[in-house]
Amino acid sequence: MSLHTLTLAELAAGLERRDFSSTELTRHFLDRIARFDDKAAGGINSYITVTPERALAQAAAADAARAAGTAGPLTGLPLAQKDIFCTEGVKTTCASKMLDSFISPYNAEVVTRCDAAGLVMLGKTNMDEFAMGSSNETSFYGVVKNPWDTTRVPGGSSGGSAAAVAARLAPAATGTDTGGSIRQPAALCNLTGLKPSYGRISRWGMIAFASSLDQAGPMTQTAEDAALLLQVMAGHDAKDSTSIAQPVPDYRATLGDSLEGLRIGLPKQFFGEGLSAETGALIQAAIRELEKLGATTVEVDLPNSGLSVPAYYVIAPAECSSNLSRFDGVRFGHRCENPKDLEDLYKRSRAEGFGEEVRRRIMIGTYALSAGYYDAYYLQAQKVRRLIKQDFDAAFAQCDVILGPTAPETAFALGAKQADPIAMYLQDIYTIATNLAGLPGMSIPAGFSGGLPVGLQLIGPYWSEARLLNVAHRYQQVTDWHRQIPAAFA
Amino acid sequence: MALTAEQVARIAHLARLQLPADEQARVTDSLNNILGLIDQLQAADTRGVAPMAHPVDATQALRADVVSESDHRDDYQRIAPAVQDGCYLVPRVVE
Repeated sequence: MSLHTLTLAELAAGLERRDFSSTELTRHFLDRIARFDDKAAGGINSYITVTPERALAQAAAADAARAAGTAGPLTGLPLAQKDIFCTEGVKTTCASKMLDSFISPYNAEVVTRCDAAGLVMLGKTNMDEFAMGSSNETSFYGVVKNPWDTTRVPGGSSGGSAAAVAARLAPAATGTDTGGSIRQPAALCNLTGLKPSYGRISRWGMIAFASSLDQAGPMTQTAEDAALLLQVMAGHDAKDSTSIAQPVPDYRATLGDSLEGLRIGLPKQFFGEGLSAETGALIQAAIRELEKLGATTVEVDLPNSGLSVPAYYVIAPAECSSNLSRFDGVRFGHRCENPKDLEDLYKRSRAEGFGEEVRRRIMIGTYALSAGYYDAYYLQAQKVRRLIKQDFDAAFAQCDVILGPTAPETAFALGAKQADPIAMYLQDIYTIATNLAGLPGMSIPAGFSGGLPVGLQLIGPYWSEARLLNVAHRYQQVTDWHRQIPAAFA
Repeated sequence: MALTAEQVARIAHLARLQLPADEQARVTDSLNNILGLIDQLQAADTRGVAPMAHPVDATQALRADVVSESDHRDDYQRIAPAVQDGCYLVPRVVE
């Protein structure tokens, strides 16, 4: 059976035709996970927790709903959830030793909505610890291997979700993106990954890293699948005060719209120094495909984009130092042995529970927010953030979408950048500005360089997810990069 | 603005992170490396620019002042490291 080579849309049609049941489909993916994912057996380690009993119960319920005529469009389709989303009764770790014992007492809103749509959760995917990283190497549960070359990283922080879908150990997955954590791993693993506008999807129950930047989104094989999954995830939630009450359009309805007259902005800053020549050539080839579909291009200027990485490494650590203060060894999570007093309990529980990169960012953030330094760092970063947003506002007066590379290079070797945090941070040089401005951004497959996937990034104005999905879908109708599967997992 | 080992020890204390003496030098170097990157911000001309706290400058939503939560104390304390009689246990604070 080759059910794993099918997209969500194709699997949904198969379920509807009764070609197979949700139970058969779920077992197929659980079998593949058992075969390909086991770290001890040299597998790719894309899941932290596999939940076969929960999955088969959901699949049985989905099959019963279909028999009763009450199935929805996605009922019975399997899905992997990033281990940043709280799942009631299931271990939820954020890939940290701090939460190794944490069984969530409630569901994230994203999980509630996926469950309500009848999606079947296969398990919880590996990630960088607390979503801090661009290679999935900071996970307490070990590195994830890129299915395209298992000596290389899958990207991060949603590296487990990306690797799981790339190896077809799930037909789709959820991710979160604070500085590129959906788009960069999607690029490195040949997936379609969408970070929606800030406020589009509820953050309730999504373990917080940097609250003004974090946003969940779908990681799928195609733009059509991303539309299907976004439809389930998007929408206002009163439990998240930053969720915006903006109507959710029918994302699938406009996928096939014409691109005639589409104005594509090409930021000169995205095509300069630092971009590999082969990636640049593939992006240019993709632009020509879009021109054939009726699009025109215009050069745009994002003069402050060079400041996005420095601004991010003030704002994100500042917010993380505040958010992660909740991990105190008292109410849940890791607690040190034999604390001699309360301060010792806090300090040792946190030093033992957090990995090195998380501790580093907490300290940077603590410093940036401390008395005497707040204006020079945090306030200045917030002002630069506005400059970056204003650059986008000016660019979108000239164009409908912005196009560029997602990442400066293809998947790098495991361990290659672990000793150099700055080199790792610069992996997100093309994605971070989008988070700072709160805009939607998307990565789609654009070809291969030396056998490794290259991603193309699309950025749009607020609430333009439907337009991004439309552009991506039309591109995917005339290309087949997105249908390529790594040979070892075909 | 390079940090000294003493400043880093102070930051670790503020963040309630134990930092062993033999790790101080390495952590100080690593933080200074990142501050070098961040210091690029100082060159930006931000005179007259309002700081941006929220991507879409939304204001906080208001809701009716009614009870919306039910009691989950037992569920929440089931996952705590140490509880007794509905209270979280910590080392003695008052001698």
